[in-house]
Amino acid sequence: MNKLLEVQDVTMRFGGVHALEDVSFQVMEGEFMSLIGPNGAGKTTMLLVITGILIPQHAKIVFAGREITRLATHKRARLGMALTHQIVRPFRSMTLLDNVALAVGHGRIRRVTRALTSVNRSAEREQARELLDLVGIGDHAQEAVTGQPLGVLKRLELARALALKPRLLLLDEPLAGLNHVEAPRLADTVVRINRRGLTVVMIEHNLGEVLRVSQRLVVLDNGRKIADGDPKAVMRMEGVRAAYVGKEEEDAAA
Amino acid sequence: MGVYELSLATVICINIILATSLNLITGYCGQISLGHAAFYGIGAYTAALLAKAGVWGPFNLIAAMVTAGLVGMFVGLTSLRVREDFLAITTMGVGFLFLGIVRQQESLLGGELGISSIPSFGLDKSGFFLMVLALAGVTTAFSLYVKRSWMGFAFEAVADDEDTARTLTVDVPAYKLAAFALGTAMAGLAGALYTYFARFIVPDDFGFITSITILSMVAVGGIGSVFGVIVGTALLTLMPEFFRFISDYKLLVYGALLFAVMRFAPEGLAGLNRLFTSRLKARKGGL
Repeated sequence: MNKLLEVQDVTMRFGGVHALEDVSFQVMEGEFMSLIGPNGAGKTTMLLVITGILIPQHAKIVFAGREITRLATHKRARLGMALTHQIVRPFRSMTLLDNVALAVGHGRIRRVTRALTSVNRSAEREQARELLDLVGIGDHAQEAVTGQPLGVLKRLELARALALKPRLLLLDEPLAGLNHVEAPRLADTVVRINRRGLTVVMIEHNLGEVLRVSQRLVVLDNGRKIADGDPKAVMRMEGVRAAYVGKEEEDAAA
Repeated sequence: MGVYELSLATVICINIILATSLNLITGYCGQISLGHAAFYGIGAYTAALLAKAGVWGPFNLIAAMVTAGLVGMFVGLTSLRVREDFLAITTMGVGFLFLGIVRQQESLLGGELGISSIPSFGLDKSGFFLMVLALAGVTTAFSLYVKRSWMGFAFEAVADDEDTARTLTVDVPAYKLAAFALGTAMAGLAGALYTYFARFIVPDDFGFITSITILSMVAVGGIGSVFGVIVGTALLTLMPEFFRFISDYKLLVYGALLFAVMRFAPEGLAGLNRLFTSRLKARKGGL
């Protein structure tokens, strides 16, 4: 397997707070990797650094053999990176269908001049509808975003990310807020997409689903990487239990 | 039409071009501008200087568009650094900067006295009105086209949530600059037409009150809605003509209107229209 993403020595500080300190890891082509850790461990910050939304104090990021450390977010997205947000961020003035159609038509909006001379949206809407069907919200396609339940908006995020035809899918807590029926269903959808060859990096707190679907885990705690490897082996490591599971057990004991 | 009605109709058409141009920047792309009168003024002064130098009218209209558009694009660079309230304050500053320059510059721009004795465009009053009407039509059609195009689609994404737009490959800086360039060039055209209409311009024609007036036209009509903006513009241009006291307390009335619209009907007349038609449909459906 080839390396698709290589993150080296990422250090990100917000004032005096070290959100990430010298974190490095790799993601192989076709892999399903989960990034876990307790709240405030720096997981979301890491995804925002990878996509270029946050600029770290120190880092080297290589994607598909190209160094992208200083590349703008939209250019990273064009190289094949797609992100879903932890707190859903749909375009609220558009229908669900148009949210996805815009992403499907990313080739048309690449250049301002081309965008001005293209009008027809029907082919993109057609593909957008298929993606909405894929994530199970095709029935809501023509509806406005406002007033939709979280479960629908979470899936909209996924459909919109897939519309970019990415090489790497970065998911930030895609299952949060979904019930016990919806969560495994969406996780299965992501696994199916991964098995077709799309590399996935997922942040998730639902450990049951994480262990069920991931091929590898990277664990962060307090901005540092504390484990990296096979999910079952990682979960047996003492440091991980103390940092992550231990807290849950303490909570459960209390 | 009498001379008075003809003048009024010409002013309405010029204001429609002006309000549509701000709608492109603020309504479509979500970039607030409180200094739009500066670009109107740049177009007006460019056309006035060229006209006095004896340059051919239609060329001056284009030159006014190009000059205002280039300066607009330069000012648009600020929108890449600051957002929302800060952008509003920065653009307001640009408006005052323009005013300061034209007021102080006496040898070329005439200072406080402005520029007078501007040659005619070469058409009589009704001919000039028809030309302005046609240009207002073209501007409106272009504006509607932009809204339907993929550029309008990308503008909508930038206006909604520019950070998310970036993650979906939208080159946000390029789209913001495009909105500023197109919008300010159209404002430059409106300015050039005003120059040929009034044939006498002073700095106060392009002051802060004018910027607020344009914004009121857009907000009252309905930010982002082309037809709403046209109705809003016609209404706000005619109001001071029909009610003298409005002309005396223009800023007060427009300020109150802006407040009322933002508080009670944020989508302006276009939003109210949608609300009424949907209620009407619901009532018909219920019967």
